[in-house]
Amino acid sequence: MAARKSERLLNLLITLLVSRSYVTKERIRNVVEQYRDAPDSAFEKMFERDKDELRSLGIPIEVGYLDRAFDDEPGYRIERSAFELPEISLEADEAAVLGLAARVWQHAGLASATSDAIVKLKAAGVSVDRTALDVAQPQLAVEEPAFETFWSATQSRTPVTFGYRGAGSAEAAVRHLQPWGVASYRARWYVVGLDTDRGEPRLFRLSRVVGEARLEGEPGSFEVPEDTDLRALTANLAPSAQPQRARLRVRPGSAIGLRRHAAAVRSGAPDWDEVEVDYGRTDALVDELLGYGADVVVDAPDDLRASVVTRLREVAEPVGAPR
Amino acid sequence: MSGARDQVGRLLALVPYIQSREEVSVDQAATDFGVSAAQIVKDLNVLWFCGLPGLGMGDLIDVDMDALDGEGVIRVSNADYLTRPLRLGSSEASALIVALRTLREAGDAAVAPTVDRALGKLEAAAGEGAALAAQVDIRVDAAASRDARLRTLFEDAIGSRRRVRLDYYVPARDEAAERVVDPLRLVQAEGNSYLDAWCNSAEGQRLFRLDRISEAEVLDEAVADHSDVPPRDLSAGLLQPSPDDLLVTLRLQPRARWVAEYYPVERTEELDAGALRVTLRAGDRGWLTRLMLRIGGAAEVEDPVELVEEVRRTAAEALQNYG
Repeated sequence: MAARKSERLLNLLITLLVSRSYVTKERIRNVVEQYRDAPDSAFEKMFERDKDELRSLGIPIEVGYLDRAFDDEPGYRIERSAFELPEISLEADEAAVLGLAARVWQHAGLASATSDAIVKLKAAGVSVDRTALDVAQPQLAVEEPAFETFWSATQSRTPVTFGYRGAGSAEAAVRHLQPWGVASYRARWYVVGLDTDRGEPRLFRLSRVVGEARLEGEPGSFEVPEDTDLRALTANLAPSAQPQRARLRVRPGSAIGLRRHAAAVRSGAPDWDEVEVDYGRTDALVDELLGYGADVVVDAPDDLRASVVTRLREVAEPVGAPR
Repeated sequence: MSGARDQVGRLLALVPYIQSREEVSVDQAATDFGVSAAQIVKDLNVLWFCGLPGLGMGDLIDVDMDALDGEGVIRVSNADYLTRPLRLGSSEASALIVALRTLREAGDAAVAPTVDRALGKLEAAAGEGAALAAQVDIRVDAAASRDARLRTLFEDAIGSRRRVRLDYYVPARDEAAERVVDPLRLVQAEGNSYLDAWCNSAEGQRLFRLDRISEAEVLDEAVADHSDVPPRDLSAGLLQPSPDDLLVTLRLQPRARWVAEYYPVERTEELDAGALRVTLRAGDRGWLTRLMLRIGGAAEVEDPVELVEEVRRTAAEALQNYG
């Protein structure tokens, strides 16, 4: 059954591809065997569905008129230059990196889109040899359920409506976004775009999207501003700060995790090692340092020291606690 | 019915694939297309009934059945109009281009010029699809590049069946220790990469998170046979709390709600003003104390009460360092 349908689809495709001019529906029915043998109404249905299926494979079926002056019935054709992959020839090493690229996406849909692309390149004569290249193998993991919606909305330029719970808020609020792009940083996915409620560009972390994100509106219903630099924009919208260096005292043999990312460690004194660490966000470093309790003391800078002291007081002397 | 669509999609690549190589073994084609050899033969059988419009038998695509049955080799003729694959769809092009850019970003200097050349050629061939890839920004930071290099190292060790020495950090206990492991496979879960391995130090199967491995070295020693170790089931989540773990109830203020997203919790209960009551299992008391010091004023331990005093005392000790 499936084989018969495949034959029909392929014969329709070949008919439209080899013809130099538009082919009328009547002619198509005459030359494709399964259409010829079908009753009128069945043919109409079959033909419409078949065109849709071919188009869903990315096959560009054009509609036009043999001779506009006579205003006759429309015909169909596939323009070869729009159908075929342009010439591409890859050197052996270039083909080898395609083999690595095939393993980057850790997401079923995008991994299979990547392999479909590679199969087409193989069909264009490229030999993708999976000899092990001794190079780093990065991966793109996708854990966020909302990813697919935002990915396709970005590609089709369709507005999206979704529930979003910002950091530290219990309630999700409904947001409306024209998504300009998606970005991956530190194994997390973000979407950036025009927040139409606020009239400004905004960045959203996909793991904070609550419930289902919905496409709302027509594909192509907005334009991404021409001078949009996705990287600059995400860097701008993401909270970050100039890197600073902290001077700390650490008990010998303790705070192993801190030492793993230290810029400098000087040991020798009996009670304390001197440790320096570079950091971007003060609050993140405060959180980490507090975890080491009495094993770490901040000497500088002052604002870091003050934050640690304040936070320790909150724990040691809670408001309303019996003294 | 989607079977026919997929089959036509495959045939549109298979026919040019064979023609650009003159002849291909069925097994090679199956490997290159990621399907079974039986499927390739089924696909080829469809071609028998496809060809130029009209009825002449000479106009059908010719598959050399003798070569196929006899030598398992595919030869196709009479299909001059299908010598090029279909062009890349926009999702195929952007998935592949983003994967290649990720490789580029991973910062392996040896492969960067090759990736650039491949990207240039692909972008030229993909046209519009390449433009959409501009709406995706991938940043691979230093930590992710380290993971990428570790992955290559472990794959090499798995392939050559050799032991690996790791320097591994355990945050829950703030300790680093050397382990000698027999690597089994790399897995991806909850946004992190892990090495699933037989740990010779612990004499059991363990997961090692890549970003907690400070150093790794492939040893000359061969691994033991672990064919009796079943693949790990990750569907239930990575952190499997043990029933022996301490059951703890915390009251989280809004800015500490992330705890409920970050750690597996047994129960949650919404309270007034965005607060959340969570019950979770703590495998390690020290870990819990550190967690409570970190989230300080934004959370309270409700149960067990003796822990409240422990956290407060640690904070008071730490305060004494600041005089």
